[in-house]
Amino acid sequence: MSHIIEEKQNVVIKFAGDSGDGMQLVGTQFTNNTASVGHDLGTFPDFPAEIRAPQGTLPGVSGFQIHFGSTEIYTPGDTYDVLVAMNAAALKSNLGNVRQGGILILNTAGFDPRNLKLSGYVTNPLDEDQLSTYLVYKIDITKLTREALLDIELGVRDKDRSKNMFVLGFIYWLYNRKPENTIQFIERRFKNNPEVKNANIKALKAGYNYGDITEAFSSRFKVKPAKMAPGTYRSITGNPALALGLIAAAQKTGLQLFYGTYPITPASDVLHELAKHKNFGVKTFQAEDEIAAICSVIGTAFGGNLGVTGTSGPGVALKAEAMGLAVMLELPLVVLNIQRAGPSTGLPTKTEQSDLLQAVYGRNGECPMPVLAASTPSSCFDIAYEAVKMAVEHMTPVMVLSDGYIANGAEPWKFPKAADLKDIDVRIVRSKESEEKFMPYLRNENLVRQWAVPGTQGLEHRIGGLEKEDITGNVSYDPDNHQKMVKLREEKIERIADFIPEQTIDSGKDKGKVLVLGWGSTFGAIKSAVTELIEEGFEVSHAHLKYIKPLPKNLGKLISQFDQVLIPEINNGQLIKLIRDKYLIDAKGFHKIKGTPITKNELKEEILRVYQL
Amino acid sequence: MKIKVPVKRPAKSESDQTQHNGGLTSKDFASGQEVRWCPGCGDYSILKQMQTVLPQFGIDKENIVFISGIGCSSRFPYYLETFGMHSIHGRATAIASGLKATRPELSVWIVTGDGDGLSIGGNHMAHLLRRNFDVNVLLFNNEIYGLTKGQYSPTSKLDSITKSTPLGSLDHPFNPSAFALGADGTFVARSMDRDPKHLQEMLKRSYEHKGTSFLEIYQNCNIFNDGAFFSYTEKDVKKQNALFVEHGKPMVFGHEDEYGIKLNGTMPEVVKLENGDSMDDLWIHDERDPIKANIIIRMESIYPKQNFPRPFGVFYEGQRPNYEILMQAQINNAIAQKGKGDLDVLIAGNETWTIK
Repeated sequence: MSHIIEEKQNVVIKFAGDSGDGMQLVGTQFTNNTASVGHDLGTFPDFPAEIRAPQGTLPGVSGFQIHFGSTEIYTPGDTYDVLVAMNAAALKSNLGNVRQGGILILNTAGFDPRNLKLSGYVTNPLDEDQLSTYLVYKIDITKLTREALLDIELGVRDKDRSKNMFVLGFIYWLYNRKPENTIQFIERRFKNNPEVKNANIKALKAGYNYGDITEAFSSRFKVKPAKMAPGTYRSITGNPALALGLIAAAQKTGLQLFYGTYPITPASDVLHELAKHKNFGVKTFQAEDEIAAICSVIGTAFGGNLGVTGTSGPGVALKAEAMGLAVMLELPLVVLNIQRAGPSTGLPTKTEQSDLLQAVYGRNGECPMPVLAASTPSSCFDIAYEAVKMAVEHMTPVMVLSDGYIANGAEPWKFPKAADLKDIDVRIVRSKESEEKFMPYLRNENLVRQWAVPGTQGLEHRIGGLEKEDITGNVSYDPDNHQKMVKLREEKIERIADFIPEQTIDSGKDKGKVLVLGWGSTFGAIKSAVTELIEEGFEVSHAHLKYIKPLPKNLGKLISQFDQVLIPEINNGQLIKLIRDKYLIDAKGFHKIKGTPITKNELKEEILRVYQL
Repeated sequence: MKIKVPVKRPAKSESDQTQHNGGLTSKDFASGQEVRWCPGCGDYSILKQMQTVLPQFGIDKENIVFISGIGCSSRFPYYLETFGMHSIHGRATAIASGLKATRPELSVWIVTGDGDGLSIGGNHMAHLLRRNFDVNVLLFNNEIYGLTKGQYSPTSKLDSITKSTPLGSLDHPFNPSAFALGADGTFVARSMDRDPKHLQEMLKRSYEHKGTSFLEIYQNCNIFNDGAFFSYTEKDVKKQNALFVEHGKPMVFGHEDEYGIKLNGTMPEVVKLENGDSMDDLWIHDERDPIKANIIIRMESIYPKQNFPRPFGVFYEGQRPNYEILMQAQINNAIAQKGKGDLDVLIAGNETWTIK
């Protein structure tokens, strides 16, 4: 059977089904395949907080969105070109985002009366002409999968679990791909379970062949590889990138990495990744709670090791007192906050940027801590590495902000060579340097104290959470000393601005009408929106903050070159408070607090609105 | 990073309490900071006994770390010329866990109190004990909150009249030893501030135990709870009310050692030796028996009418692998199996592609 091959520049596919339908696996496999054929890509997995949410219902829908193409990709895409819906609920909750004329691939078995009722359809959308503006392919995926697996000795339930592979096989066919990487994956994953392995491979091939032999599909699609910078790439998601950055920093410094943590969505994957790499000497410690997690890290830091704890907003709240202790002790450690929608338990699997003020201010007392923010999955590697460098070179706890969108989203990464990573200067005192008594709070020109660790003769000293006397570190209740120490601790963090790069403009000119100033995971949406507006002739620029405390020294000057500063955030306005406070400008905010990323199109509209002001 | 691995020097003479091997004396362990507990506080004695036994361990000062939480007891590290950390309320156990996990060669001591260790830090205490890090917990129990000026604590007796309970406390108190045994602690002992010899002995036993040593120390707070333990600590009544258990020895107490404890099945019984029972009939203490240890520490509260004495000494000592050793072993095994990690290979992952 010959099919016409249509060429596409960019494609957005959304895989959607019940949370037990295996859509995340399909998405991840398709992502790896997409990356390996040289497309640029961005992904957005979106799943319910429940492991098996009520079947067939709208809240139970799990989705995986991928945007790939032959041009640079910065977001998972605003609207879908293709929607794969395994049941009625998946169609209902996603149809609004499918572009007119887009392709719907619908599993007819998921549109039985029960599914229709659970998803709130009064009539079956497959029978109506309400889908007439789309290209609809109705496939009984469940039945076809069962038929393909007739000679496999598995129960119907188990066979049905392979239907995601049928879908994947079909999509591979549709986009002219070779399914080899997935076959290898299945072979690895089910090497001890030959029946399940065979079932999955068979279903995958059945889906592929189905496309090939069925006349219903007239076209296949081809997307050219993206013109990306030369180099070697891999696909990476945010949490593993953080883990790799930490291991890299540990290897570079020769410090023992200790990750003390407590499981929490969406941060746990950092633990899972680190726990796999014990042959790098990584010690992972699943503590009894969030407080114990950071306290164990303080203990390890006191012992001269690289201590890191990771969590999400609720966990950061619990760690606040201990972070204060680390600030007081002036010990290096890193706190990762993979943000999620709050307050309280909030929306655990949905993304938000609402812990920025918590990161900057959320501790008792005057308690300054550097704050760094990752902006894309691959940037997590650099941020983790840089956080370690900052922590040990400036003897301070450092907060790293990521979020659920970055944590789970994937992109191609032109990864660095270990030898090219920046040097890190560890300030551990190896031996007593003079005959005089060791002064634990004596500082160098950057106000940084020395790291004196147990086991070093002559450096015995006591530190604690009570206010320190300057230089000696003895307990002091002296009022003047307290004021001095509060100022010293703040100044020490502010001076880090001398060691970070100046803020640059990411897209656009260094002066103009509107500067869109962002931080964190809004990077892709801002970049896409601003790039398009520039092409359309607007004087718009984009700057993206990586350093939030301290802010880059030139930021005030940089933003003063624009008539308007627009700060889009997935929160109710947090960076905007810091910017207004520090630079006394009338920055404008754009706040989307729906647990989903800001889209390019809604941001473009907002930029144009501010443009008119 | 190279860190000096401490060498344990063999102790020459344990009876000599000031002059010792390696040249260190108890004075070497005094930090020189002015001690600021209330005059007459039981903490002074505990500090003195600690400073006395430390030189006998034969470890260099720089390889000893004291970590405390918050409360009167938690000022302890300031007064010892070792590494130390006065941390936050209830968390010394968690901080010590992280330190010991990554620096297993250090001698790590946790100083805590009944409020710090069993109330706000009760969670961490239980987990420390079950993990069995090789660290030593000194829990100063004075059955009151001293630093916050006199509220009842989780070990205060029922109906305690305190600032926060003017009509009497309603909380059933913790039995710290039972708590430790319940969390599968591998060393559970009790001593008192006012018996220096016994306390020194218990501190040494704590140090020698490979695993988490849980030593509860009765400590008199002469300001807010004066005399809470006098019936066990004061000369005139001590022999009658306190039972000092020793491994392999019969359980005997009383001014003239005239009382003993018999064990009939699982039922303990106080007997007067002159009434027909001899030493041979008494319960012989076996530190290795966790079931009997539970009977020892609970008999007084379970059978209140029988006037059982309050037990002191090592109730239980068992063996279980230490977390920090297992943790390192996993790493060593991983390296043996997969080889030492190569950072470039790790960063590249399983699937890469090249664009020219």
